[in-house]
Amino acid sequence: MFVVSMALVAAAWEAYKKWGPQDGGEVLGWKILPRAKDRVMPHISDIFSRFTDPLNRASDETVLEVVLKGVWFSFRLVLAGFGMGLVAGMLLAIVMTRFRFAERAVLPYLVVSQTVPLIALAPLVASWGGKLELFGWEWPRWMSSAVLGAFLTFFPIAVGTLRGLQSPTAASLELMDSLAAPWRRTLVTLRFPAAVPYIVPALKLGAAGAVIGVVVSEISTGLRGGIGRLVIEFSQKTTGDPAIVYTAVLGAAFLGLVLAGMVAIADAVFMRNRPKEVDA
Amino acid sequence: MSAVVVSGVSKVFSTGKSAKVDALQGIDLAIEPGEFVSLIGPSGCGKSTLLRLIANLTEPTTGSITVNGKPSRQARLDQDYGMAFQQAGLFEWRSVAKNIELPLELKGWDRAKRRARAMEMLDLVKLPDFAHHMPWQLSGGMQQRIAIARALAAHPPLLLMDEPFGALDEMTREHMQAELLRICKETDTTVVFVTHSIPEAVYLSTRVVVMSPRPGRITDIIEVPLGGSRDDDTRETGDFFSKITEVREALRGAEYAVGARGIEDR
Repeated sequence: MFVVSMALVAAAWEAYKKWGPQDGGEVLGWKILPRAKDRVMPHISDIFSRFTDPLNRASDETVLEVVLKGVWFSFRLVLAGFGMGLVAGMLLAIVMTRFRFAERAVLPYLVVSQTVPLIALAPLVASWGGKLELFGWEWPRWMSSAVLGAFLTFFPIAVGTLRGLQSPTAASLELMDSLAAPWRRTLVTLRFPAAVPYIVPALKLGAAGAVIGVVVSEISTGLRGGIGRLVIEFSQKTTGDPAIVYTAVLGAAFLGLVLAGMVAIADAVFMRNRPKEVDA
Repeated sequence: MSAVVVSGVSKVFSTGKSAKVDALQGIDLAIEPGEFVSLIGPSGCGKSTLLRLIANLTEPTTGSITVNGKPSRQARLDQDYGMAFQQAGLFEWRSVAKNIELPLELKGWDRAKRRARAMEMLDLVKLPDFAHHMPWQLSGGMQQRIAIARALAAHPPLLLMDEPFGALDEMTREHMQAELLRICKETDTTVVFVTHSIPEAVYLSTRVVVMSPRPGRITDIIEVPLGGSRDDDTRETGDFFSKITEVREALRGAEYAVGARGIEDR
């Protein structure tokens, strides 16, 4: 199905190129139809053949190599950000489950934190790079991007895990009480397994958040080496090299797909032996 | 030594700043080993609260409770009782055998010993082939049997049950009642059983404790001398029906006797 839908998207692209207005069009006086010129919408075949060409005359690296390197660099940042967000989100959820007052005190701030635009936060966090020192460990520049990825990851994880940890019925909790299980044991034996169906969808949201956080912060802070930086660099070349910016965009999409695939594997592993319908 | 002794127990729930609910008042009850005691009464009479007090899932406002000769808190910490609820409450991520092993895990038994006991319990509840099934693959009655197996896995001398068959259909329910009597006889377990079904209470019990609401108290205790071996034929005897009538009238009396203190102490 995926292959078919990809083919349909490619066909729609080429069809618009063929029959769409070359210099853009107007709908009810609004200039919103994109231009179908080769300079703006290169042929699909041009985009893909660009991958195998060298980056420029002076370089012996192909565009594919450059894009994959960028994807690999960003991928590591995404993993770091996702990991940090996962740990932070889960710890927050555990604390909020343990202490009711913590939930009432902290949860509103978590919600507010997500209304701060990432773009506004990025320069601030980026400015920590090279300036902040913790116990002799210097804050590396890439860490800022990972932290911004974590910033978008921890929230869905915290909220999903919290709902999951609170999902066991009163009877299940009383059962653990009747067996004289201490709180920590109840967390590990009952609350956490019960939370898995809530955590898995949160992982999907968190992974998407980590990708967006890292790529956007790479773009807005200009961090070298990642796919976000490549999107900017390539977009400045579009006048002479219209196909190249799409290679970076496809690279970014590929990064998202890799993360989505990893979460899908986690889903299959954690949700085996579970009833198939869960009201999460 | 009595299995359970409840003396002078009252329980007050404070629901708001000043609102207080007298859930239980002046409860005295002694249960001997081997007895099957049902607590019956209209909703709000505190029968579930009394069971939770015995289980030490909540503390009494006044009075004291001993289980197996120990304060109820110590009895809970020692896992001196097993508990079953209206919902089987099996953990859906654990296989049937693993669910039964839960109390043994908390007691720190090793894996081989746990598994052997789980198999023994599965034989007891007549589901020997379901060890590796997942709970959601089982019917409601089968799940409830697993919950009973779990409650009895550590061989506690006392079983506390809170309307365990309330969610089952009538046919399954009667079958489960017979099974429960057989299991308790085989394992020599004392049972405290909360229900609001009169025939269920009469069929199962050696004594039926009748309770009334606002405030919750014991208004009557009815002996059920139907003998140790009860089966489906018992349900059609005259003695069975006359006991049902007696409990029903006691319940009606409890409803009207507001203020009366018909507490029979023994």
